[in-house]
Amino acid sequence: MRDDRIPARLARGLQPMLLGLTAFLALLPVPAPAQGFAGLGQGGEGFALPTPDPVFTFPADHGAHPDYRIEWWYLTASLQDAEGTRYGIQWTLFRSALAAEGPQIWMGHLGVTTPDAHYTGEKLARGGIGQAGVVPAPFEAWIDDWVLAGPDLDTLSLRAATAEAGYDLSFTATGPLVFHGEDGFSVKSTSGQASYYYSQPFYEVAGTLDLPSGPVEVTGRGWLDREWSSQPLEDDQEGWDWFSLHLEDGHRLMASQMRGGSPYSYAAWIEPDGTLTPYPNGVLELEPLATSPVAGREVPTRWRLRLPDRGVDLEVTAVNPDSWQSTLFPYWEGPVTAVGSHAAEGYLEMTGYE
Amino acid sequence: MTRAALQALWSHWRRHPLQLLTLVVGLALATGLWTGVQAINAQARLSYDQAAATLGQDRLPRLEGDLTLADFAAARRGGWIVSPVLEDRLPGTGLTLYGIDPFTLPPTPGGVMPDLSDPGVLRAFLAGELVFAAAATLPRVPDTLPEGRVLEGLAPGLVMADLTAARRWLGAEGITRLLFDGGPGTPEALAETLGARVERPESDGDLARLTDSFHLNLTAFGLLAFVVGLFIVHATIGLAFEQRRTLFRTLRALGLPQRRLGWLLAGELLAFTLVSGTLGVVLGYAVAAALLPGVAATLSGLYGAGVAGSLTLSPLWWLSGFAMAGLGMAVAGAASLRRLATLPILAPAMPRAWARAQRRTVARQGWAGLGLLAVSAFIAALGDGLIAGFATLGALLLGAALLLPPVLLAVLDAGTALAKGAVAQWLWADTRQQVPGLSLALMALLLALAANIGVGTMVGSFRATFEGWLDQRLASELYVTARSEAQADEIAAFLAPRTEAVLPIVSAEADLAGAPGEVYGVADHSTYRENWPLLDALPQVWDRLAAGEGVLVNEQLARREDLWPGTRLTLAATGPLPVLGVYSDYGNTRGQAILGLATFEAAYPEARRLRFGVRIAPGEADALADILADRFDLSAEQVVPQATIKQFSLDVFERTFAVTAALNVLTLGVAGFALWASLTTLGTMRLPQVAPVWALGLTRAELALADLGRAVLLGLLTALVAVPVGIALAWVLLAVVNVQAFGWRLPLLPDPGGWVALGGWTLIASALAAALPALRLWRMPPAEMVKVFAHER
Amino acid sequence: MLLTVENLQKSFPSADGPVPVLRGVSFSLAAGRTLALTGESGSGKSTLLHLCAGLDAPDAGRIVIEGRDIAAQSDAGRAAMRRDTVGLVFQQFNLIPSLSVADNLSFHARLAGRDDPDRDAALAERLGLAAHLAKFPEQLSGGQQQRVAIGRVLAARPHLILADEPTGNLDEATGAAVLDLMLELVAESGAAFLMVTHSERLAARLDARLHLRAGQVE
Repeated sequence: MRDDRIPARLARGLQPMLLGLTAFLALLPVPAPAQGFAGLGQGGEGFALPTPDPVFTFPADHGAHPDYRIEWWYLTASLQDAEGTRYGIQWTLFRSALAAEGPQIWMGHLGVTTPDAHYTGEKLARGGIGQAGVVPAPFEAWIDDWVLAGPDLDTLSLRAATAEAGYDLSFTATGPLVFHGEDGFSVKSTSGQASYYYSQPFYEVAGTLDLPSGPVEVTGRGWLDREWSSQPLEDDQEGWDWFSLHLEDGHRLMASQMRGGSPYSYAAWIEPDGTLTPYPNGVLELEPLATSPVAGREVPTRWRLRLPDRGVDLEVTAVNPDSWQSTLFPYWEGPVTAVGSHAAEGYLEMTGYE
Repeated sequence: MTRAALQALWSHWRRHPLQLLTLVVGLALATGLWTGVQAINAQARLSYDQAAATLGQDRLPRLEGDLTLADFAAARRGGWIVSPVLEDRLPGTGLTLYGIDPFTLPPTPGGVMPDLSDPGVLRAFLAGELVFAAAATLPRVPDTLPEGRVLEGLAPGLVMADLTAARRWLGAEGITRLLFDGGPGTPEALAETLGARVERPESDGDLARLTDSFHLNLTAFGLLAFVVGLFIVHATIGLAFEQRRTLFRTLRALGLPQRRLGWLLAGELLAFTLVSGTLGVVLGYAVAAALLPGVAATLSGLYGAGVAGSLTLSPLWWLSGFAMAGLGMAVAGAASLRRLATLPILAPAMPRAWARAQRRTVARQGWAGLGLLAVSAFIAALGDGLIAGFATLGALLLGAALLLPPVLLAVLDAGTALAKGAVAQWLWADTRQQVPGLSLALMALLLALAANIGVGTMVGSFRATFEGWLDQRLASELYVTARSEAQADEIAAFLAPRTEAVLPIVSAEADLAGAPGEVYGVADHSTYRENWPLLDALPQVWDRLAAGEGVLVNEQLARREDLWPGTRLTLAATGPLPVLGVYSDYGNTRGQAILGLATFEAAYPEARRLRFGVRIAPGEADALADILADRFDLSAEQVVPQATIKQFSLDVFERTFAVTAALNVLTLGVAGFALWASLTTLGTMRLPQVAPVWALGLTRAELALADLGRAVLLGLLTALVAVPVGIALAWVLLAVVNVQAFGWRLPLLPDPGGWVALGGWTLIASALAAALPALRLWRMPPAEMVKVFAHER
Repeated sequence: MLLTVENLQKSFPSADGPVPVLRGVSFSLAAGRTLALTGESGSGKSTLLHLCAGLDAPDAGRIVIEGRDIAAQSDAGRAAMRRDTVGLVFQQFNLIPSLSVADNLSFHARLAGRDDPDRDAALAERLGLAAHLAKFPEQLSGGQQQRVAIGRVLAARPHLILADEPTGNLDEATGAAVLDLMLELVAESGAAFLMVTHSERLAARLDARLHLRAGQVE
């Protein structure tokens, strides 16, 4: 049996000591007036920078790129049980380099959302000693006993748990990888900050959620984001809103905007066969319709999302407005449903709300 | 009425300022020494607690053994909440380096953690560009380490660094332990998969346990000083009560209720307590501050325990100082207050009756003293353990003290009977007359002298034994530590043709009869046969050891586990082995065993062969050390001449007992003060006894000289009694307390020269104590003395 | 004359300056004679006695005993005179508490180097102390203690015996008995005897009488 007190203690104790890891994703201690969310807006001296016209080599590029400051393996799934109750799960592995050729830090996040509860988990590890890492083939990404693994990226199993909640799910891809921006070179600001960015948005998901009330068999749709970079945010960008939606007709839609002094939006329309059409800054229209009080702040939990080019006009609503990830650097991440021009389900991530 | 009564009561102290001083200073000294010792103990315990609580190790089970970072990662991947720690001494600094993993370190509620919230600090820490230590430790961090930053509350002598950096600096391949904070099973289950052992927080408290005896020693000294001080206070309060008897009667005759008089007197004592308590606590702070560096050095030398050299005292300590002063005053004043309650309103003043009562008390005390000596012998014969050892000591000292007045009276009776001439006879008889009044002060002197002789004899015996043992044990002229096994082989090859012998020194950590200890392997060489300090051994012990037929154990282990020749010791790596002999191993607190080299290498193949003892003509040792250092690029810590180690060991030894010596002197000082105060008081009281002799034709100078002689005589007699008591004390310390505290027994080596010197000091102290009262008598105007004959009594 | 006192003056220091106690006292006493010294409290009679005993030195005047002026003696000289020439009996008895009755009796004689055990035994018999010789002073009654004090003086055979209210601490009957015995023994010894008393009745029993008033002979 697991000792129930441990994770709570772990979280409590880590807080004072590693508060500094709010700077986790970032990096050199350059004080800036507006540092951006989690320091993402800071400089990238000594690190490799993404360049246009990338050539990806798989499976190697599914692994880590330590020359870049920041990288993640970001998995979400919108799920339902037999009765039609909606759930969502998130599992993320972050890699961060404190300096070029310096120490690597790994961080794992877990989220489990039900209509009336949200569970958070977090793990930290130093690189280079085997406690956390990613092996491209056969694919394995892990931190401690949280593992995302499979023969390749098309067939993965995910196991992770906290003392309160966890999951054991299998992911099966029904479509190809899709590459954002220009073949995977994704620009994030008007001044050209960019990342390498590709996704696998076609996962069918099945498995078990372990909730305090007991196990729940679930099925649904999953989405994996792979992204790495060294300087993803403009200095005055405060944070972002990011949607990944599975439309009922088989299309997928990624929609995101950077907020702040130099707002920037981008979107991707993905055909069921994997054909991706990127939309540059200014095409996507996002409008908060309602906010909810979450963790002492107001966070938009109902949105109007329009991509007029594709006749998309959706009202997106959080399954649970309280999907707050109370990690070292906290953010909102949870399942959503949408109605309007299309019926859809998916995930919403919002950062930088103070 | 109350106000008038208070004035009347206070007027006594105004007329007897010396008595007041005695009372206040006596209690302040008692409180001061006691609280000083307590402050030292409290500071040391705080440091131990800090050390034990480092990283929550006082709370969490630990896995220890041959562990690597791969083991750590595997455990984490198996869902175990563990965190790696590397702990080792920083060579040549006396500091301990802790390598930690901030990402997995379990939270320690209220614990001390570096603040890594600044990204720059975190980066520097992880990159090995920053370490943490307490402010007092920082200056000792060597230049070879990066910038140090203050982390208050970290245990003294401890440097905290990132794990990876610490591994680099220490050249460590593995990790020292895993802190266990949960997982899918018990710590034991994980330990089994990793081939490690579990250390529970309860089973350890190593420092606290090891140093318990040391602190008990200090406490015993503090208590002794306190008791000596109380003797003074008790005597003074009793005297003041007797002198004010008439006043009490008058006050009561004038209508002051007895109860209120009692409260007034209690209030008076309380006021003295507050004043003395304040003085005492301040004094205690000064004593502790003065002695603490020595204590810290002692503890560091003896046990490797880091203790902060400066005091941080809690309010509780200050309060406890006052409480102790109050307790002392209550104990000392209770008898007088009780007598007040039973004082008949019309009872005549009876100073003579008081003296007679004192004499009866002396007789009763004598019997009680005999009883206590019997109890002491009984406990010594049957008791077991450190507490029994100290009970033996306590009963011995108290019994001897109580027996002192009857012994003195008997001696003085004999002297009176043998005296020729009126003056001589009067001198003896009058000295005898003084004994009851001086008995408390003399008892205090006896205690101080006996403690001095006892502790001095113990330290002397220890020193002589220790020096002899060092000569035996450190038989090799040069001790060399190589950086790697390859280098060790090179050095050995280089040394072989140039020296008489190169003796490998190999050791491994092992479980010895249930406690962690060390196993050594020794070559079959005449160095050991001729020098090794065996306390007990079977015939042909070295032949049999070399043949792998058994094991040698150190005295500590032998005494603790009753492992003497003829018994067997079971090592995990060898199975049961006959104990062939027992050797003395001073300065070590752990169990140790020795195997023949071949047996050792078979049992512990993983032990690293890095160290040698080198036998060479003593005159060539230094030159060879230089050659080795040059040729193999070895540091001063890696090539150590025998003399250096010996000197270091003796320095540690001297520091160890420096505090004891200081406390000894302080206790003797308190006793001297007691004697002085008593003699001064008696000087005034005794005038009616001296004046008739003066009237019959002795000069004041003769009388003053007689007083001086009497004090010296009493001091001398007390010193004579103190010698056997001190020897008995030394015996108990060596044969009982040391065995319990350190695990070794030492022979008692008498030090008559020291005793004679101490006797001389006693005579000087007694003469000094008597000098002032005698001078007063000498200078007393005849009119003052004549008053004795005219006084209405 | 065994004792001649001439113009004796003595004052004691006090907070308000010296207070004169004796203001020019003169008298003499021959061997074998007894003299009573009377006067009110504070008249200086005890001080006069103490000066004659060599306990203290006068401010001015002469005290000649057997031809030696003790006023001019040093501390040691006066001590020697107290030991050899003078015997003292006090109201307060002033025995040595640490010595037995026998040792107290012979103490002064031994100091003076004139100890004679046979005489001591006879004296003890005369004083009714034979049964108490092994006891200590505190075990005796007041009358017994004063008899020991008298015995101590007589055993030393001084030429001048000085007594300061020797019966003042005793009840009347005991006091009378003790005085009778003392006068009898003094007469036998042939010493000069000077006694301070405030009792007219006791004074009348001595050969002569000297009355002091405010530090002067009246």
